[in-house]
Amino acid sequence: MSMKPFNAILIRDIKLASRSFGDVLTLVLFFIMIGVIIPFAIGPNKMLLASIAPGIIWMAAFLSSLLAIDRFFRADFEDGSLLAMRHANISLSAIAFAKLIALWVITILPLIIATPILAMMLFMDFEILIRTILSLLAGTPALIAFGGIGAAITVSLKRGGLIAPVLILPISIPILIFGISSIKANAGIGVESAAMLFLIAISLLAMVFAPFAIALALRLDQE
Amino acid sequence: MSKILPSYSLKVKNLQLIRSRRDILSNICLSVKSGEALILRGANGIGKTSLLMALAGYLHIEAGLIGWEKTKQDDDEKTAYEDMHFISHQYAIKENLSLTENLKFWADMNGGSKDDVFMALEKAGLGHGADFEALMLSQGQKKRLSLARLLVSKKPIWLLDEPTSALDSEGDKWVASLIDNHLDDGGLVIAATHLDLPMKKNKRIKTIILGQDK
Repeated sequence: MSMKPFNAILIRDIKLASRSFGDVLTLVLFFIMIGVIIPFAIGPNKMLLASIAPGIIWMAAFLSSLLAIDRFFRADFEDGSLLAMRHANISLSAIAFAKLIALWVITILPLIIATPILAMMLFMDFEILIRTILSLLAGTPALIAFGGIGAAITVSLKRGGLIAPVLILPISIPILIFGISSIKANAGIGVESAAMLFLIAISLLAMVFAPFAIALALRLDQE
Repeated sequence: MSKILPSYSLKVKNLQLIRSRRDILSNICLSVKSGEALILRGANGIGKTSLLMALAGYLHIEAGLIGWEKTKQDDDEKTAYEDMHFISHQYAIKENLSLTENLKFWADMNGGSKDDVFMALEKAGLGHGADFEALMLSQGQKKRLSLARLLVSKKPIWLLDEPTSALDSEGDKWVASLIDNHLDDGGLVIAATHLDLPMKKNKRIKTIILGQDK
């Protein structure tokens, strides 16, 4: 298998996202807005905010990625690209893998870049910010992989918008647990690095197996 | 360009398809081989598209057999499904990309060079607007762009679903000449249509009318 079709999908999806930049920007704004409204809900207690800030950032990233899920395969499904791709010089699971990477770049990467803005509003330490970013980098691939499975299962439903998030929320809980524990500084010696390793393991496993599950789901969608 | 296409033969025996618990096609038998075209005719909703989708390997087959066979072995080990173009009623075009970018994507996916892309656009009558976004295209032009995929990457099997829909009479002739040329090159064409295609009448065109008593 040559890499040409794989790269073509990756480049096309990123190019498409950069041309409809509004979508990317909306997602980033949503992500920041969550950080803006939570202080209103729990009061302007600096210490409290700073201590729960990593949790807020993870929740914001989590919710934002849920919002983006439905778009994962919908356009390619509806305009027939997905069908035509099935006759290309690339397997459906490799197509799914390329799309997962592209999705991470166009939905998660902008959020991670915007994280310092949220951190500033939540009075976060610089050190905690760095750890939060690292844990997002380690954990979000799994989030995208699970999201991709949910999107592939629901893409043939006309109103699949809310079903995919409901499907993948329960299986995403471990990501959240390990994501948060890899940040907390005073959780105990070695806990955070163990959690980080778990997080990376989940991400790697999810990225390896999700493309096959997605390919299977997409095949069934067409029937 | 004149690379010899691998030849295939297709045999369908007693095919039965069920979609949404409805029996849409039953007892379909047909055969076609490279160098021949098969035209599927029939009223709307009779199952032409479903039959094409089954032949392209998308659908679960309830009963019967769809057998693609490579009659002449060549060096590459592609299956019939990889050696196939399926041009459906959906255009598979991204409106935010230019015509060239759209076609270049499919060239990368299916094999084909940048020169092939320019040539295909020229032949499809879209050469003058190659750098415009596909957003600007009319329905007929979109159809032409999706058919241009056939010219960018040479594949022996063409499955065409209503290839002339939205096209003007010039377009009908163009599609017919595409099919004629493909058959000359030793290709295999299966097209579902409810219009007469102005192809050279000869023995290599078979027609099957779905929905009539067998």
